[in-house]
Amino acid sequence: MNELIYVSHIPLYAVLVSMAAVPLILLSSSKPNLRETWTIIAAVSKFLLVLSLLPGALEGRSAALHLLEISPGIDLALKADPFGVFFALISSGLWIVTSFYSIGYVRGNQEHKQTRYFASFAMCLSATMGIAFSANLLTFIIFYEILTISTYPLVIHKESKEAISAGRQYLLYTLSAGLLLIAGAAFTYLATGTIDFKAGGLFGTVVLSQGAMTALFFLFLGGVGVKAGIMPLHSWLPVAMIAPTPVSALLHAVAVVKSGVFGVIRVVGFVFGPEVMAAYGLNIILAVFAGATILLASFIAFKQDNLKRRLAYSTVGHLSYIVLGAALLSPAGFLGGMLHIATHATMKITLFFCAGAIYVNLHRENISQLNGIAKIMPWTMGAFIVGSLGLAGVPPINGFVSKWFLGMGALQSDQLVVLAIFLISGLLNAGYFFPIVYRAYFMKGEGLEGHGEAPRFMVVPLVITAILSLLLGLCPDLFFHFHELASMVAQSLTGGMLL
Amino acid sequence: MVRNAPALIPVIYLTACLLIALTKIKYRQYAYPMAVAAAALASAVSVGMLVHVVRYGPLHYHFGGWIPPLGIEYSIDHLSGFVAVVINIVATIVLVHSLHVNKIELVRKVVPYYSVAMLLMLGLNGIVITGDFFNLFVFLEIASLASYGLVATGERGSAFAALRYLILGTVGASFYLLGLGFLYINTGSLNMADLALIIPLLQPHNDPAIIIALVFMVVGIAIKMAIFPLHGWLPDAYTLAPSTTSALIAPIGTKVASYILIRALFFVYGANLVSKGIPVLTILGWLSAAGIIYGSILAIAQSELKRMLAYSSVAQVGYIGLGVSMANPLGFIGAVLHVVNHATMKACLFLVAANMRVHMGHSDISRFDSSYRVKMPFTMAAFTVAAISMVGLPPLAGFFSKWYLALATIENSQWIFLGVILVSSLLNAVYFFRVIEKVYMKSPSDKTVNDQHSGGRDDHQAAPEEEAVTFGSGEPGPSMLVPVIIFAVALLLLGIFNAVIVTTLIKPMIPLGL
Repeated sequence: MNELIYVSHIPLYAVLVSMAAVPLILLSSSKPNLRETWTIIAAVSKFLLVLSLLPGALEGRSAALHLLEISPGIDLALKADPFGVFFALISSGLWIVTSFYSIGYVRGNQEHKQTRYFASFAMCLSATMGIAFSANLLTFIIFYEILTISTYPLVIHKESKEAISAGRQYLLYTLSAGLLLIAGAAFTYLATGTIDFKAGGLFGTVVLSQGAMTALFFLFLGGVGVKAGIMPLHSWLPVAMIAPTPVSALLHAVAVVKSGVFGVIRVVGFVFGPEVMAAYGLNIILAVFAGATILLASFIAFKQDNLKRRLAYSTVGHLSYIVLGAALLSPAGFLGGMLHIATHATMKITLFFCAGAIYVNLHRENISQLNGIAKIMPWTMGAFIVGSLGLAGVPPINGFVSKWFLGMGALQSDQLVVLAIFLISGLLNAGYFFPIVYRAYFMKGEGLEGHGEAPRFMVVPLVITAILSLLLGLCPDLFFHFHELASMVAQSLTGGMLL
Repeated sequence: MVRNAPALIPVIYLTACLLIALTKIKYRQYAYPMAVAAAALASAVSVGMLVHVVRYGPLHYHFGGWIPPLGIEYSIDHLSGFVAVVINIVATIVLVHSLHVNKIELVRKVVPYYSVAMLLMLGLNGIVITGDFFNLFVFLEIASLASYGLVATGERGSAFAALRYLILGTVGASFYLLGLGFLYINTGSLNMADLALIIPLLQPHNDPAIIIALVFMVVGIAIKMAIFPLHGWLPDAYTLAPSTTSALIAPIGTKVASYILIRALFFVYGANLVSKGIPVLTILGWLSAAGIIYGSILAIAQSELKRMLAYSSVAQVGYIGLGVSMANPLGFIGAVLHVVNHATMKACLFLVAANMRVHMGHSDISRFDSSYRVKMPFTMAAFTVAAISMVGLPPLAGFFSKWYLALATIENSQWIFLGVILVSSLLNAVYFFRVIEKVYMKSPSDKTVNDQHSGGRDDHQAAPEEEAVTFGSGEPGPSMLVPVIIFAVALLLLGIFNAVIVTTLIKPMIPLGL
């Protein structure tokens, strides 16, 4: 499929708008209401900018912009291809919701250093947009590293000993990953003479030895695999749950980790390409890692009593759904994987929002303390049910849709083992989520007198994301055409028919 | 005018040196503005020369009208023009910064200090500008002697550090001179361009004298450049010297030595000889790699900011050495780009250390806490920018030196060196984030370390801690703050526009045969 390119500054503006908000946020640190207004303005305008790219993307036209030559022969270039628009839509859309939720959370919790919090958040979103719209590996790396650095202040936000050591671990993992990615990009550049992302891969006729190609793949896998939480590179993620809940919700369920899996799909589909992946057997390496991660993470999730940590391990597992979908190299596999980026985002952010609402309202973070809370927090727990059902893959919630296509992808490539993994993991999801629901609804709680529902700033966002999960499950093409976008990308990658 | 420009820079500094010395008699207050003016003027001239070189090609100036190789020739090509611009601009900004620091750190020594600083700049510029190997030796001695003096005016122990620097520096210079002697006897010429023509005719691969000359010269330069394990003089000299000296010598002193190395290896001996005939580059590469790791690890072990930066310099010089040793265009680009990048980063960091010493009375990392950020938000922000650049994160300057060096090692299939470059980034992250963590997060209340840990500048003028704190309630004045911010912003610009530098300046200077 030939893609049409048109020059447009909109991707650049989408990247810059929240970066421009950073100084404004810093300057209005003494006026919280004004400061939060900047965040909201930036979030809404970012979303609208991304939305304006959608019609073009649906027609198969990509907005592109070459900013400047960053290294001889390599441009700092943005390109809003359908896949980029897809990812940008999700993260910028959920940023709006998270911004409102954040306001409720930090004020309800009387967090310190709120200015730094909102400024870093805005910076993170700029980096995420940059990742979504990167036209080549070097641009991708630049925004990837900016994301690492701007997330760091959020991870250590509490400034406790625990938080600082979590921050160290986070940096150690992500900086190392960045280095591997740099090495991989440099290698690719010298081998192929280009590092521009191209659907179907950029190796073309270049042939490397099996060893070199495998080594290169491992460089990339290490580079994007850390943020994608592929085991054994995942351990920063549960530790980083020390961050405030909105951070965990948006960054550790949507932006940062999804940048990782976005990177995996970019690497699989746009650097190596399905043909090279299959020819060198790289897809098997990827599938083994991802499959193992799905199962292991689900088992570990059972053991966690801390709600956020259980969610974190669940995230690790679900990220590998996406990776495994890509590793199948079949059209439906790519489609399901990409859809899961969106569906997991809405569901997991709902669950994290619930965890945060419970924490702010009751100061409880362990599952064993959640007995009977559904009585006082009906909306929160209702949303929680939607999210957990969806993650277990129950229709009509959107988790079912992506899982359906993932399963289909497994069948397309005749991988019954993979299909089994998806099915077993659905059961495991149910196994670790439903006890929470059971406790909340059917067990008798203590010390709940005098507590009501969480602040409205928090409840409304989480209800919205729950409804969104439901709507997107009933009608995947509603509003944002996620399904259509993902189908287009899957087709361009594999050149084949979907079903 | 342009024809005579190469001679102009030494004349400017020499005049400034003498005039400043004269102000001691009556007009002490003019020493500072004169030094700044001289450096600024020299910067302007060097920028002008570089523009001329880019547009019309190299400049040559024949001293006394003698035709080379008989007479001494000054020549400015892309490489020397570039290095001259870097060192003069960095020096100008550092000298602007020096006003307040020197008033505090160098009571009653300010006038001679500036005079000697001009001598240092004269020497460094001379090294870069001259086209004659013996003349280079003369300038090298001028620069070295001046820097011994500048180091020795520091805190307690600096005289000893300067003595050590002097002994090792003299050994280095002697090696260089010996090598030069061998070369002269064999070729009968001292002019670089001339030598570059003669050496290939002598069947250098089979001529021990030529090779020994090369080895002696490289060892001598390596001492000046502080290539591991010949770096022994550097940590003490950088740590104990006055703040301005550290900020002046650390960014540009070793860079000029790197310039000599590049000049001698690639422009006189030629890439063919040094990369194929004899293992000089292999040895240089391994030593540089070892130095990168060694310097980074020792930097982690330091609790004093300036000493940490000094060890980091040992590591960073290794990058330049590594880039040179790759002997391919990408490595050359990486090395030359790192000259300007590292000069900017280190100048920024040493100026931050100076600000801390002047305003807080020390630069002892173990005593940093978040009150420092509250008091000096811009200084600390600049520190953070420079630190992130040192770690090598895009889009700051440091990333791109790393990028080109990584490309170079991959091109040569030198996987171990690639690993060294990547691992050193992590080590950099360890020692810089340690400081950043303290400055942004350690609350001042849990202050456990007291004055028994006086590594810093506490002994100078016996400024007690309380006084230093009351004195330092706020950012330093503009003369100290603006230079730091300029360097920090420059790091961002150097990063984003590195392709411009590489394409217009560095690519044309890549020597034949690489």
